[in-house]
Amino acid sequence: MATTTDAIAKVRQEFPFLRRKVHGGLPLTYFDNAAMTPVPSIVQQRLASYYQSDTANIHRGLYYVSVEATRQYEDARKRVQKFINAKHCDEIIFMPGTTIALNLLAQAISAQFAATSNNDSEKTEIILTTMEHHSNIVPWQLQTNLCIKYLPMLANGELDLDALPQLISSKTKLISLVHASNSIGTINPLPEILQLCKAHGLITIVDAAQSVGHMPVDVQTLDCDYLVFSSHKIYAPTGVGVLYGKQDMLKQLPVVSGGGGSIKQVDLDKTSFLPPPAKFEAGTPNISGVLGLDSALEFLMNNDLPQLWQHEQDLLSYATAALQEIDGVRIIGTARQKVSILSFVIAGIHPHDIGTLLDFEGIAVRASHHCTHPTMKHFKVPATVRAAFSFFNTTAEVDLLVKAVSKAIHTFR
Amino acid sequence: MEEHRHSLYQQVILEHNRSPQNFWVMNDCTHRSEGLNPICGDHIWVYLDANDNKIHRLSFTGEGCAICKASASIMTCHLQGKSITAAKSAAKDFHALAQGNVSDSDDRKRFGKLIVFATIHRYPARVKCATLAWHTLLGALSNAGTVSTENTE
Repeated sequence: MATTTDAIAKVRQEFPFLRRKVHGGLPLTYFDNAAMTPVPSIVQQRLASYYQSDTANIHRGLYYVSVEATRQYEDARKRVQKFINAKHCDEIIFMPGTTIALNLLAQAISAQFAATSNNDSEKTEIILTTMEHHSNIVPWQLQTNLCIKYLPMLANGELDLDALPQLISSKTKLISLVHASNSIGTINPLPEILQLCKAHGLITIVDAAQSVGHMPVDVQTLDCDYLVFSSHKIYAPTGVGVLYGKQDMLKQLPVVSGGGGSIKQVDLDKTSFLPPPAKFEAGTPNISGVLGLDSALEFLMNNDLPQLWQHEQDLLSYATAALQEIDGVRIIGTARQKVSILSFVIAGIHPHDIGTLLDFEGIAVRASHHCTHPTMKHFKVPATVRAAFSFFNTTAEVDLLVKAVSKAIHTFR
Repeated sequence: MEEHRHSLYQQVILEHNRSPQNFWVMNDCTHRSEGLNPICGDHIWVYLDANDNKIHRLSFTGEGCAICKASASIMTCHLQGKSITAAKSAAKDFHALAQGNVSDSDDRKRFGKLIVFATIHRYPARVKCATLAWHTLLGALSNAGTVSTENTE
């Protein structure tokens, strides 16, 4: 087995983006991987190849190129199935992203609740957590027949599991929660949480946008009903996401967005739908993006993922220790289990000023509320500076970050 | 990138951030408004004691980045004792300055210390931090209540 240093040096070569310069000549140090990951060459080549020689719409095309494009698109579905260990490839639905997938679930499931409710005035209760991304709060708030209960966080940014049993009542029908927090990195103990929720018959939804690509995610082991993630956070193009749903759940889930490609028969007064996944993929999908995702997963699966993921954890520990050494730095979110996301604030300097000063050194971080207002409120900060590491980052790059943070503090002193 | 560091974080800005001027709640104000920058989370209040087209006192409070706080602080210094008409005209001038629409041949003396924001247009992500205080001032003068750098429903 190659040493980690060799493996990282080799994997970095696959990302041309990492060689670009900023501000007229500075090397780029890219730490915004929780927002967007760059794509390896193999993904760029796949996009180019689709638009160069495989350009055709999928399904129902009777000619050679369309049949070929359809085969590639369906092969991508099988690759995703393998990557998250789904039982059937029909359980993989391609979406434009995590946000749209969660909106689809919120609309379809609340419609299901409304159809089965025998008391119109009584709201169905669902459970979310206070560490959710806005994308897993707003879609549920938009459903008027739901009452949302929130599982709170502890001071360190872990969920307060002791509070969970009290939140579940006979009216509770669903839990939707994040696997790993995008703003503070916490990895939630899903097996424990899901087991309790399933024992009470709750529908279980996992937002895996920040976990897939940074740790093993196996939907059969998790035994969740639905799981969603985005392609642009796992080294693939923007505009694609995956909705995984158990076969029997997807069969019963109503269609909320119909159109071409999803139907069996359309009459002027009624429509019958195809089985999943087609039922939920109305309209021409992002074909090139899905093929790009296929190549990104191929790239990941051809690497020694446990070694790369261990390197991400090592970077997290190294950066956490180094930043903690600096006077005035406060790490936001100190859960025991974290993905390689490090959020921090500095006494007396607004995160946006830090973000700008780091940019002047060629370092790309995100300084923001990270679409998690409730999480920011919990830690009583308006925003944080977030460095999100990928396996292609190095300890030398972390050293640059640490040096730039010290320099920023000096500028403001 | 030392040139950038010095052009955006000039000493005047750092000093006003460290010790903002006129940074207090004016309970007996005649006009006030709340200003929000939802993208950054900058959140300030601007207070005025003004009548007969004259600003007698001007203050602000709130939280924000160095650019936002320094801009608000310098604004309150700049407008103290001026007429409301002059303040509205200065707000228009400042927006032009922050957008980079004031040329070198223009009379730049009228900006006084505000001229430190003449390079802010090179940092598009930070322009709204600099203009928030002025938006809020105009909100107070028109009794708008809460103003935002983003349009909200």
